[in-house]
Amino acid sequence: MSTKQFLFSGFGGQGILFAGKFLAYKGLIDDKQVSWLPSYGPEMRGGTASCSVIVSDEPVGSPIVSKPDMLIAMNLPSLDRYESSVAPGGVIFADSTLIERQVNRDDVTVYYIPATRLASENGMPTLANMIIIGKVLKVLGDFDEASVRATLGKVISAKRADMLEVNLKAMQLGADYE
Amino acid sequence: MADKVLMKGNEAIAEAAIIAGCRHYFGYPITPQTEVAAYMAKKMPKIGGCFLQAESEIAAINMVYGVSATGKRVMTSSSSPGISLKSEGLSYLAGCDLPALVVNVQRGGPGLGGIQPSQSDYFQATRGGGHGDFRMIVLAPASVQEMAELTVKGFDLADKYRMTSMILADGTMGQMMEPVSLDFDIEPPVEKPWATTGTKMEREHNIVNSLSLVPEELEVLNLKRYEKYKIVEENETMYEEYMVDDADIVIAAFGIAARVSKNAVNEARKQGIKVGLIRPITLWPFPKAPFEKAAEHAKNFISVELSMGQMIEDVKLATKCKCPVTLCNRVGGMIPSPEQVLKAITDIHNGGVK
Repeated sequence: MSTKQFLFSGFGGQGILFAGKFLAYKGLIDDKQVSWLPSYGPEMRGGTASCSVIVSDEPVGSPIVSKPDMLIAMNLPSLDRYESSVAPGGVIFADSTLIERQVNRDDVTVYYIPATRLASENGMPTLANMIIIGKVLKVLGDFDEASVRATLGKVISAKRADMLEVNLKAMQLGADYE
Repeated sequence: MADKVLMKGNEAIAEAAIIAGCRHYFGYPITPQTEVAAYMAKKMPKIGGCFLQAESEIAAINMVYGVSATGKRVMTSSSSPGISLKSEGLSYLAGCDLPALVVNVQRGGPGLGGIQPSQSDYFQATRGGGHGDFRMIVLAPASVQEMAELTVKGFDLADKYRMTSMILADGTMGQMMEPVSLDFDIEPPVEKPWATTGTKMEREHNIVNSLSLVPEELEVLNLKRYEKYKIVEENETMYEEYMVDDADIVIAAFGIAARVSKNAVNEARKQGIKVGLIRPITLWPFPKAPFEKAAEHAKNFISVELSMGQMIEDVKLATKCKCPVTLCNRVGGMIPSPEQVLKAITDIHNGGVK
């Protein structure tokens, strides 16, 4: 049995909830059990946004992620707040454009991805979230283009279908970043 | 799983209501249930339905009363403080034996409280929900799928028994997304010969009214209503049992608390502790039978709640106080963690309860 718990956190507007939704939908398409739970408190109004995603082979129990296997921190307050909660042996993905410090833990694997910089350099300033997701999927060994395309088709509304290719490109950028 | 979509619990309620034939929604926005209204606002005009944002919760529940009297499926939704405002209307609906679906996506209280998840409206929901002797059928979903299914079921039960069905959810259930299948068997509509649809000069007037000034007659109305409630208690109780058969410790939990508790049960079982879970799906009628049965072999019960201990009273009544019932809770918008529930289990297992 395998269960992976993800915590996404960043500023409102960085596409935190969308990134989490992408991962949940990918799980659904891959025939897994999934849950997605956003923060909806006053802190999301102009401040921090976060969401819990669980992808599992078994029915999901509690949808609340308190000890993530993978933390996606898109800004410094998120890393400060959640670094210590990551399960030992877990993984932290940090947007190193916005997080200048190093992760203090030595029992987790850390990937520093300058996602915000990569996004603006490549003319896709709103897609730092998808660059990081690309890396997450690569690390999970789960970057399968057909399934990624199918998922993007689900999470991008029909009105914005022209955004599919650029999202895919962003994810590829993240996956290829070493 | 091509037939499943990811939906928020609130959206699943709205879509399921539409599938169940509800074409009238009246509400007033309040976190954390606003997505129900937002979804209805978007969808209803496209399918010839009516979405109306009322000037207040009190207005909304009275609009529900009006539409219900005409025999149409109708609903409203709100969160804790808004439900309190609706309580007069809930009593009037009961006094007129009108069917309706009312959704309460609970938040921390009392007063305006907070906006985070809670289960502290259990007493209010299961003891009637307003003045006078009455009951509502109270349904407690523990997944987005159940948010949808129990909405359909709620309409069916409401029509069948001419009473209010309440979906008693909480902020997490409303806000979370899970895969949901909306492929339901819809029961044929119930005949409503009592509805005020116009006599066309072909029948006597139907009257919908809760005023009854002759005490002898009002007593009969109450007695008859309670005969109906007895039938509901006998036929409509729903619950889920998880690893209860050999359990020494039995957890009682509904909604999000049951989800958290299931994690703890699995963890405790790994440690060799015989623990199980009874999850009431109907909070009224409360599923007494599985508790009574479990009390024959269990030594301890734990009621896990997002309240100061409300359902625990029903657990004590159902187990007839044969064994101790301990409360494991968080309040004010906080949710017990699986670790907290596991600790409650291991404390009892190790005999360390104080």
